[in-house]
Amino acid sequence: MKEKTLDHLSNFINKILIIFFLSAIPCVAFSEEKSANLIENKWSFDGIFGTFDRASLQRGFQVYQEVCSGCHSIQHLSYRNLAEEGGPEFTEDQAKAIAKQFEVIDGPNSEGEMFNRTAKLSDKFVKPYPNVEASTAANGGAYPPDMSVLAKAREGGANYIYSLLLGYEEAPVDFDLDDGVYYNKYMAGQKIKMSSPLDDDLIEYSDGTQATTEQMAKDVTTFLVWASEPHLENQHKMGFKTIIYLIILLTLVYLSKQKVWSRFDNKKDSKNEEDTFDKVEEIVTQYEGEDPKSFK
Amino acid sequence: MSEEKYIPKSKLGQWFDSRLPLLTLSHHLQAYPTPKNLNYWWTFGGILTFCLITQIITGLVLAMHYVAHVDHAFQSIEHIMRDVNYGWLIRYVHANGASMFFLAVYIHIFRSLFYGSYKSPREVIWIIGLLIYILMMATAFMGYVLPWGQMSFWGATVITNLFSAIPFVGESITTWLWGGYSVDNPTLNRFYSLHYLLPFLIFGLVILHIWALHVPGNNNPIGIDVKKNRNETMPFHPYMVMKDLTALLVFIIIFLWFVFFAPNVLGHPDNYIEANPLVTPAHIVPEWYLLPFYAILRAIPSKLGGVIFMFSAIFILMLLPWLDTSKVRSAIFRPIYKKLFWVLVFVVILLGYLGAKPPEGIYLTLSRLATAYYFIHFLILLPFLGRYEKTDPLPQSISDPVLDKPGVLEKVKKAASAYEGENVGSFK
Repeated sequence: MKEKTLDHLSNFINKILIIFFLSAIPCVAFSEEKSANLIENKWSFDGIFGTFDRASLQRGFQVYQEVCSGCHSIQHLSYRNLAEEGGPEFTEDQAKAIAKQFEVIDGPNSEGEMFNRTAKLSDKFVKPYPNVEASTAANGGAYPPDMSVLAKAREGGANYIYSLLLGYEEAPVDFDLDDGVYYNKYMAGQKIKMSSPLDDDLIEYSDGTQATTEQMAKDVTTFLVWASEPHLENQHKMGFKTIIYLIILLTLVYLSKQKVWSRFDNKKDSKNEEDTFDKVEEIVTQYEGEDPKSFK
Repeated sequence: MSEEKYIPKSKLGQWFDSRLPLLTLSHHLQAYPTPKNLNYWWTFGGILTFCLITQIITGLVLAMHYVAHVDHAFQSIEHIMRDVNYGWLIRYVHANGASMFFLAVYIHIFRSLFYGSYKSPREVIWIIGLLIYILMMATAFMGYVLPWGQMSFWGATVITNLFSAIPFVGESITTWLWGGYSVDNPTLNRFYSLHYLLPFLIFGLVILHIWALHVPGNNNPIGIDVKKNRNETMPFHPYMVMKDLTALLVFIIIFLWFVFFAPNVLGHPDNYIEANPLVTPAHIVPEWYLLPFYAILRAIPSKLGGVIFMFSAIFILMLLPWLDTSKVRSAIFRPIYKKLFWVLVFVVILLGYLGAKPPEGIYLTLSRLATAYYFIHFLILLPFLGRYEKTDPLPQSISDPVLDKPGVLEKVKKAASAYEGENVGSFK
């Protein structure tokens, strides 16, 4: 009687299990609520061997310089980064020449005065506006985000930036758009205050590459990914080496462990033999009496 | 505890050991008898110790470069990522280390639940473990605030606001916690100070946790007491050390895979946006390891109720040794409990999933059901099961061949009797 109740209980629990697993299905189904699927690009920096395409980084810097930098700062990059390994790898002279185009305020000097000087390699990228408020005011109340870690600060990363740059469209007829607001199918709410920044042949690439919108979007995205993760190449290289090293070490440790444990197993066997021997001796003593000599 | 008295070999050793028995301690740690049938789920204690030490060391280095000020915190993190030598590596190890720490602690806790390691005589180990877990959550929460990103700021705002639900004194407590009238520089500073302090408290509790473990010794997958004189235990060193090391290396490989190839997947992208008190993120979510409790918090319609249920969900575990009335430890011999265990695992994961979703529609309904089930499991099902569950027969010892396969015992008995018969015959 009692066992039957328990069987029922067991069946009941099985049913609960099934119901719970089924209940997971709507969760998965409901989770598809994104505005539009991002364009999935194949990036050279993806994957464990991912590296940056130098030429693309250099072109991307040019796009940033000529198009984005009017409004967007990259406050955490320094001009010296442009010449460092794993980045666009401009020569030091090129990087110096880039820095020279900018003026920074330095000081105070020995007279207590602030003064202007041309930027050096050690300076951070000069911002287009002195502060967030100025930048917001100049851009119709929308702050153009600093691009230092932009690629890490958006769901979808590189694909998001790339998609957004190519996501400008005519707004649907019934879509309400205020002045100075544009329609972009990848932006949350489809409303963006930045007008489409790229256009075919907007700039002239110094390496002669055809400056199509897609090309520029790709290059500047690559540049921004590097800007937010300047050590990415080193990270991948080091990661690969470390993991290979650990796998070899693991193999050796595992084999040693097996060896060490086999010692215990052997010991156990010999111990068992001893136990058996003790038992046998006991029985024999019973048979032969207390005198162990007669055993022979 | 090792039975035989340890006496150092050298004269100097004896002199020192009689004044401070460090050598005895070291000998005890090496000789500590562990059941020979411990499986790989038992390696997480060592893994967790590794995690704690890693967090403390990387944290120490990060603290040398971090600036706890609302105007500089976010910038100083980027300084660490870009300009400090291998700063990116240290920070990614620390950030992912927190996630890995929780991954390991959850496995450790569920292992304990499955094999009944919280039962007599190990209740104190269990309770100390839970205290460690609570401190870990506090430490992780405060650590997440330090980068001063959007999720840092708004997470801190949401969680500290919970205390305002306490009747009468709630508002004052929140103001006291903040050191002002909103989450601001004083809050960041005290969180930094406490984030530095708590790991050392955890370290102290870990020592107590291990000490309390070494009194009764390890539980084991069979869940019956180990007979130490029957060759059922092996010394901790080198046997368990080698096994722990093997598991630790597998764990480190997974850990570093995240660090090098996906260092940000476990975090939220919004935390790379500097904190802005004027802009609220669309969804405020805590780190993944706190999500189940976040789901419980939001499942309850009243704020105070939510807070009470959320804290009860943790503190109820403290009573577990007395709520689970079954004398049988291991789920292997408890057919119904075994199923309920997996239901609980599923419900907790479901709660975690729901914690990341907005509290509306189907998500809210499901989180209410899952919350209800969580409490029913501990408060109703476990006490009931202990009384009525028909458990499978327990083996006599952990070396009993019944463990390997059902039916083997009969065969062994037959063979043994045949063998004995022969032997007895041959003696005559």
